[in-house]
Amino acid sequence: MKGIEKIVNRIKPVFSKGGKLGFLHSTFDAFEAFLLVPATVTRKGSHIRDCNDLKRVMIVVVIALVPCLLFGMYNTGLQHYMAMGPGAELPGFFQIFWYGFLRVIPLVIVSYVVGLGIEFTVAQIRGHEVNEGYLVTGMLIPLIVPVTIPLWMLATAVAFSVLIGKEIFGGTGMNIWNPALLARAFLFFSYPAYMTGDKIWIDGFSGATPLALWTEQATATQPMPSWMDMFLGFIPGSVGETSVVCILLGAAILIYTGVASWKIMVSCLAGAALAGLLGDIPVHYHLVMGGFAFGCVFMATDPVSSPQTETGKWIYGALIGVLTIIIRLFNPGYPEGMMLAILLMNTFAPLIDHYVVAVHVKRKMKRIAANG
Amino acid sequence: MCAHYKLRRGLDIPLKGKADMITETPVVSALYALKPIDFKHIVPKLLVREGDALKAGSPVFCDKNRPEVRFTSPVSGIVQTVVRGDKRRLEAIEILPDCKNESLKFPAEAPEIMSVQKIKELLLESGCWPFIIRRPYGITPDPGETPKAVFISCFDSAPLAPDLDYAFANREEALEMGLRVLERLCPGIIHLGLSDKTSPHSVFRRLQARVHTFSGPHPAGNPGIQIHHVSPIGRDHIVWTLTPQGLSVIGELFLKGVYDTTRTIAVTGPALLKTGYICCPSGIQVNALTGFPYDKNREVRVISGNPLTGDNVGPEGFLGFHHGQITFLEEGHSRELLGWARPLRLNKFSAARTYVSYLAPLLGKTGRFSLNTNANGGARAFVLTQGYQKVLPANIFVSFLIKAILAQDIEKMEQFSIYEMIPEDLALCEFICPSKIEIQDILQQGIDLMIKEMQ
Repeated sequence: MKGIEKIVNRIKPVFSKGGKLGFLHSTFDAFEAFLLVPATVTRKGSHIRDCNDLKRVMIVVVIALVPCLLFGMYNTGLQHYMAMGPGAELPGFFQIFWYGFLRVIPLVIVSYVVGLGIEFTVAQIRGHEVNEGYLVTGMLIPLIVPVTIPLWMLATAVAFSVLIGKEIFGGTGMNIWNPALLARAFLFFSYPAYMTGDKIWIDGFSGATPLALWTEQATATQPMPSWMDMFLGFIPGSVGETSVVCILLGAAILIYTGVASWKIMVSCLAGAALAGLLGDIPVHYHLVMGGFAFGCVFMATDPVSSPQTETGKWIYGALIGVLTIIIRLFNPGYPEGMMLAILLMNTFAPLIDHYVVAVHVKRKMKRIAANG
Repeated sequence: MCAHYKLRRGLDIPLKGKADMITETPVVSALYALKPIDFKHIVPKLLVREGDALKAGSPVFCDKNRPEVRFTSPVSGIVQTVVRGDKRRLEAIEILPDCKNESLKFPAEAPEIMSVQKIKELLLESGCWPFIIRRPYGITPDPGETPKAVFISCFDSAPLAPDLDYAFANREEALEMGLRVLERLCPGIIHLGLSDKTSPHSVFRRLQARVHTFSGPHPAGNPGIQIHHVSPIGRDHIVWTLTPQGLSVIGELFLKGVYDTTRTIAVTGPALLKTGYICCPSGIQVNALTGFPYDKNREVRVISGNPLTGDNVGPEGFLGFHHGQITFLEEGHSRELLGWARPLRLNKFSAARTYVSYLAPLLGKTGRFSLNTNANGGARAFVLTQGYQKVLPANIFVSFLIKAILAQDIEKMEQFSIYEMIPEDLALCEFICPSKIEIQDILQQGIDLMIKEMQ
């Protein structure tokens, strides 16, 4: 510990302003703050501060995503070996996991290297500290794409989402849309052949996801997976989205630590359940199919792009739930509605807040006038 | 009239170093000071020169725009130095006491037989007037204005705050007289805020006024929060607040005809080896508190006031005019490897559950933390804003208010209740903010802008 502090202190002058590598001082600061808690003390206002900071918040979300990631790796391997044919014998657990690990880890690496690279460069240009928001986005993106996606495509999407989705607005905290979903939307609209949302490729085997199966039930050749399979997650789909069990585990962490709003999760669920009554797919199927559960827990609850008011959160969550199911039921071209529903509601979050705040202000003015 | 308000939101920071219930004998201070920066929005005009002899209650400076508002010496002695900062800004007037503790004699009588005008004049002349703080904005009131209510919070809920029942145990007469004076000035509109934990034997229980009791964590003891629940402030409203401290000084003035700011203050903080109370006039130099030692090898920050809102005055600094507490905190210059990622960090306090330190009491720790001044993170944009609401027992959208101030949008600032809040009320929001936004400073900027625009 002391050793690391010494090394940091020794090389610090090189990276400080005026030093040989002074132009890299933002990058150096980021790594330094990453390694050692900064020694900055409070100057104004409260002399003591809570030891919770954004780094801690972000790392909690990443931890909440780990079950999904690990299961996603196992499931990728499992689907690969299952695709070899019904008669083939499945290898051991570790071999399955290892195969999936090797397929998923490049996605994670590409996502982090490209995303953080851009973040560092932008912070450098602006002379700001590096924001830690990408710690979460960088983990989310590999989990919501098909594992077979070409890496260059992933890199392009990441670059798009960080630059257009976040940095042009001013960085973490200023963005309008959820950056991870923006990456997926970019892929969806730019490379529809790869990303129709209803197909997943596993080494030459092409099978429809359950969501696609429902929409073309009449012509479907595959059997529909059982509700339990979808709940546990042993089905084809995007890396992290299949297992509702793992998602619930993540939800428990997020709700317990208070990082994500349980109000959004509950209202989103309720909205979807209500709208699900419209169609002929049973409601409980809706909740475990496609990206609904993952989006509800990890995407809709993004504190930056969701409303800031508590009442607003209820409305926002419920509308996401309803819209998702409506898109699923009434749009034959694209069965997965979660992504579009969340992006749409991200756009309207400030509007929801506007009206909630207007009501609040009106009530308040009345109370003040009554107390005059 | 008595109403009870049950406040649920808020936070009591479990900080080590609460004052022990021992009052040390008064120390002979080397120096006292009167600091214009303790009073918001006045333009100080100096009335003395170095070497002038003063008595307690002698005018030292006045407000240039309202010369009748005077600020007077807390002790008798000689003006030693006039300290000026950048652009010759008046920072402090240091007074060397003569240890006779003489006060000017003021012509005080029973308030009931004095006219309101005479009472006001006496308060202004003796220097008691600045004990009154005016909302909106938290400034010294104009002598001509009439408030719609006067609030006195009789308990302090801030971290390590003094126990006012203990500090005012023998001041009953002065407090009662103070109330009688205020009753003459503002009949029928005086509100007392008591805690449900205020003991039944407390002097505050015997005071006659409209009493409201509040239960719940900090900031339940802040007058701003109490006003918000009892009588909210709009654009055209004026509310005065006083501390029990100010009330008792006014009482002493009318009882004995002297200006005596002697108060029992708490000397607290995790950096101290021994804590307690001390009885001294306002403006005492901190290094006179020799009865409360701390480890001189460590870097210590001396704060006049509580750790959330006080002023960093330094080891040679002076107790503030309004403060009843001095806090010693260790400076947080130490560094910790991968601190943000460590799972346990049981010795660090966080109100958020991203740390398990709230389990500390279960694991055999005392549940009291010795926080230092480390910011525990760098400044970021607003990301998580839901936490503010959890520590503010008031119907106010903090993040919207702060954003309105940053955008300098007067209309929005009004809508989001800038009239009701002063920085101390939002101090806890600043404490818990994971983005380390300086909320109190931003709010003060908003208030400054409002005052400028409203003129």
